[in-house]
Amino acid sequence: MEQMLEALKKIESEAKTVFGRVSDRDELNNLRIRYLGKKGELTGILKGMGKLSGEDRPKVGQLANEIRQTLEEVISRKSEELEEAALKQQIEAEKIDVTLAGTKIECGHFHPLTRIIDEIKDIFLGMGYEIGEGPEIENDYNNFEGLNLPKDHPARDMQDSFYISEDILLRTHTSPMQVRTMAAKVPEYPVKVICPGRVFRRDDDATHSPMFHQIEGLVIDENISMADLKGTLLKVMQQLFGPDREIRLRPSYFPFTEPSTEVDVSCGICGGKGCRTCSDSGWLEILGAGMVHPHVLEMAGYDSTKLQGFAFGFGVERIAMLKYGIDDLRVFYDNDVRFLGEF
Amino acid sequence: MNVSYQWLKSLVPIEWSPEELADRLTFVGLSVEGIEYFNKGIKNVVVAKIKSVENHPDPKHTKWHVCTVDAGLGEDLTIVCGAPNVKVGIKVPLAKIGADLPGGFHIEAADKAGVVSQGMLCSVTELQIPDGLATAESDGGIFILPDDLKVGDDIVDALDLDDAILEFELTPNRADCLSVINLAREVAAISGKPLTLPEVVLPKTEGRIGDYAKVTVLDKDLCPRYTAKLVRDLKVGPSPMWMRHRLAAAGIRSISNIVDISNYVMLEMNQPSHTFDYDTLAGHEIIVRRAAEGEKIITLDEQERDLDTDMLMICDGEKPACVAGVMGGQNTEITDQTTNILIECAYFYPKSIRLTSRKLGLASESSSRFEKGIDMEAAARASERICQLLCEYAGGTLVDGTLDSFDGEFRKRKVDLIFDHARSLIGVDIKDEAMVEMMTGLAFEYEAIDGGIRVTVPFYRTDIEREVDLIEEVARLNGYDKIPATLPSGKMTEGKKTKGQKVTDKVRAALVGMGFDEAITYSFMNKNHYDMLLLPEDDPRRDSIRIMNPFSDEQGVVRTLVLPGIISSAAKNISHRNLNLSLFEIASGYYPISGEKMPREKKMVTAIASGSFHKGWNGEKTEKDFYYMKGVLEQLLHALRIDDFEVSADHIEPFLHPGRGCDVLIGGKVVGYLGELHPLCAANYDLPQKAVVFELDLDALVKLADNEIVYEAISKFPAVEIDLAFVADKDIEAGAIEKVIGAAGGEYLKKIELFDIYEGDRIEAGKKSLAYNLVFRAKERTLKAEEVNESVERIKTSLSDQYGIVLRS
Repeated sequence: MEQMLEALKKIESEAKTVFGRVSDRDELNNLRIRYLGKKGELTGILKGMGKLSGEDRPKVGQLANEIRQTLEEVISRKSEELEEAALKQQIEAEKIDVTLAGTKIECGHFHPLTRIIDEIKDIFLGMGYEIGEGPEIENDYNNFEGLNLPKDHPARDMQDSFYISEDILLRTHTSPMQVRTMAAKVPEYPVKVICPGRVFRRDDDATHSPMFHQIEGLVIDENISMADLKGTLLKVMQQLFGPDREIRLRPSYFPFTEPSTEVDVSCGICGGKGCRTCSDSGWLEILGAGMVHPHVLEMAGYDSTKLQGFAFGFGVERIAMLKYGIDDLRVFYDNDVRFLGEF
Repeated sequence: MNVSYQWLKSLVPIEWSPEELADRLTFVGLSVEGIEYFNKGIKNVVVAKIKSVENHPDPKHTKWHVCTVDAGLGEDLTIVCGAPNVKVGIKVPLAKIGADLPGGFHIEAADKAGVVSQGMLCSVTELQIPDGLATAESDGGIFILPDDLKVGDDIVDALDLDDAILEFELTPNRADCLSVINLAREVAAISGKPLTLPEVVLPKTEGRIGDYAKVTVLDKDLCPRYTAKLVRDLKVGPSPMWMRHRLAAAGIRSISNIVDISNYVMLEMNQPSHTFDYDTLAGHEIIVRRAAEGEKIITLDEQERDLDTDMLMICDGEKPACVAGVMGGQNTEITDQTTNILIECAYFYPKSIRLTSRKLGLASESSSRFEKGIDMEAAARASERICQLLCEYAGGTLVDGTLDSFDGEFRKRKVDLIFDHARSLIGVDIKDEAMVEMMTGLAFEYEAIDGGIRVTVPFYRTDIEREVDLIEEVARLNGYDKIPATLPSGKMTEGKKTKGQKVTDKVRAALVGMGFDEAITYSFMNKNHYDMLLLPEDDPRRDSIRIMNPFSDEQGVVRTLVLPGIISSAAKNISHRNLNLSLFEIASGYYPISGEKMPREKKMVTAIASGSFHKGWNGEKTEKDFYYMKGVLEQLLHALRIDDFEVSADHIEPFLHPGRGCDVLIGGKVVGYLGELHPLCAANYDLPQKAVVFELDLDALVKLADNEIVYEAISKFPAVEIDLAFVADKDIEAGAIEKVIGAAGGEYLKKIELFDIYEGDRIEAGKKSLAYNLVFRAKERTLKAEEVNESVERIKTSLSDQYGIVLRS
């Protein structure tokens, strides 16, 4: 019995030494089998237990179990150690230069004018407006006459038009959409609509383009007032340019609104103190608006004694130029990808 | 219109500075766009008299004069001056030593080739004062001052240079404010100060006008009122400095007392007038009629004008003497010898004046005022004002009476203002009394009615026709700044986009997501683009709408195709070395419809790609070729949930490469095209590299786009994947093969994907090998091997039967 105990202790100490030197998981596994496997050394010794007396057997058995336990712990520790080392090595090997540029993903850009139009659309959708669309080639009635601009009206001179025939022209503003919207809705109300689109004037110089974009707005209901017009435009300008912006109304004249107003927004560059951008006035001219002329309502078939409304027209290019600080109108139509890529 | 600040101040005693006045007027709707000062920094410039003029002693300086001048200093000064118009006896502005001139010029004694000049004689330009202050004799030289100025006086005081010019930008509805008096009414209304009108007192008269002249208006439709007065024995000469000053502020040059007075009253009362040399009028009569066919007149600018029968003429007993309201004729012009003049103050029909002015290409201060409409009632008063000034400043004798063609009655318009209407429309709680006060301030008469007032509108306010026009008066006089910011409080409305708008947004977002930049190009173009696109002569798209009045051929037609715009943009980019690009535009093409006045506008999405795309240092390069563009198109349609699309090369657009182009069909209907640009078309646009394009009918996409998403549960059972390679004749299209596979594959064939094409040594010549990955799957169970094999057999048989295609061994 003593011999067996001796042999067991020897295996233990030998195994401990051997396991300590292992540097590889396969080797560790092989050694585990060698010492602890079914045909391993420890089992080999225990096979001789049959020769022992009944009272010695438990002693040998107990020691053998203790040794097995100890060795298993050693193996487990060693195994963890090896795994850690292996992972460390893998990570070391997989290290990359994270400062190298990322794989390029091709991505396009919305035209800045579309961005402005979309932004304005979103604001008005949130206020319960519909979005209207209409033809870019219009008849004289919708473009002029239905807007209180009869044939010999001097204010027609304000808009030099491209004519297709005596009676058909490229629309000079989005205002014909007022006439179209009313014709489609009458006698229903309230009407709340904005209509973005292309417009055309016979003008071509540094500050005018023969084609540009406007957004028309029209609201008709009972009791609509100039105060509602002012409040609506203030909300829009603050959402477009920032909550600290103010607006200012200046009396003006459009044949299809009465009273009419020019609307200025406070200059964002100087905060209203006056600078080069705003010609020292602190204000930037941004759009024209007014209360729908009762005659325009009447021509469309609405009862002007019962209903009131307001209308406005944004110049999209003007807003884009102010918002993005663009100083040349032509870049909008050059479509240079370096320009488009900035938006 | 430009107006002297001091002139306004002389009518209404305001204390505001020019800036403050400008600001206040702007905010009641009379926009002042600029302020110009008479004195821009003149100091120590005095009135001096030239006593002697001698040539400069140095013969090299032949143009220089050495002048002795009296500047009221007790001692004469020596001044060297190069101006050609210096002469003894004239009075001129002298900048003394130590004087300042505008622009930062400081005057010192200067040695002028051996003669010391003790100052400088000044021109209008050097003083930077309005040109109109000087008459023609000062042109190109020294400013010759009126002789009544006192030597030694400071020029700023002598010429009343302490004044500013307000530059008005009047809106078309306020043409009445082209009259300084009417402008002053506005100033009175906003300042609350009294308005003092110039007193018109007619001088003593001799004789009766009926004995001297006769007026006959034959065409009353174009001339509702014609008045004439006669002044005799006057003397043509210079006009007083104060008048020249006010004219100069308006940018009108002094000519003579007669012309200046006529212009002055035009500014004061907005009544253009015409003065005829009475003695040159044949028969001493005026006949107002349309021109006869073929009649001609030589106007004051020495041009012979061909007249037509729509033009209104002022004629004497024999001939046209004036184009009514536009310009006078040379034959009856006032000259230095004129002593008797007939003064015309009339009202002409605005539209007629506008047409005549257009047709003749001749616009004048007078025609532009008549065009806008003047106050017909004021004509006779203006005529009296002119006569008063003529007698005072040209020494004439007035003949009693006025010839006046108007025999009707002037009836003032009455318009009701209901106070509640004003409050409701403006959205401000303005008191009744405040509104009444505003009407009083404007000098409008009124009477009380139930809930408001009935206003009698003065003749000059032609813009006030109905209640809303009075409400505008209230709004602007109360101040737009008093309007609060509220939001409409009526019934709720639904903010929504139409399906078309949603699909358009989706198309835009999908293309941007795939690397396309959005372009915007002009809707009009030169029609030579149709040639550049190689469209045959009979192509219906050549039939585009012409613009009647383009600037140039570049806006000759409204385009039928958006493609030329997008190709031009690409070409421009490539010429700027932006070699890799993807652009698209969503815009309309315009098609005339026979028998219809309005064209059809067809919305299209047009895209172009050219060059290649590099993924970076570690990635490969993607060529933007036909298949790239087809992939974009497929993804775009996928995003719109349109799947039954196909392409067909049965028809290829003329501007596409005949071997690399096709039509795009959805549900069997052509909705656009796809392909590489034809090499000749690319060359026409100077494109140095290949470009691929597509165009889709957006309206068709909107109709076909399926916005409803129908969910299908993912199968829990495994799929069977099989790779098969077929050998087919080279010219059999993959699309055709895939159709056969799809039809024969059965219900479990879920995906057909081509992953390789081979042509070459390892297969028979004239053949190609196509390798497909086929995926079979059943929704509710695992497929059996036999089922898949049956499918594959069916595919093989069908391919073999229909195209003689065999499995590659």
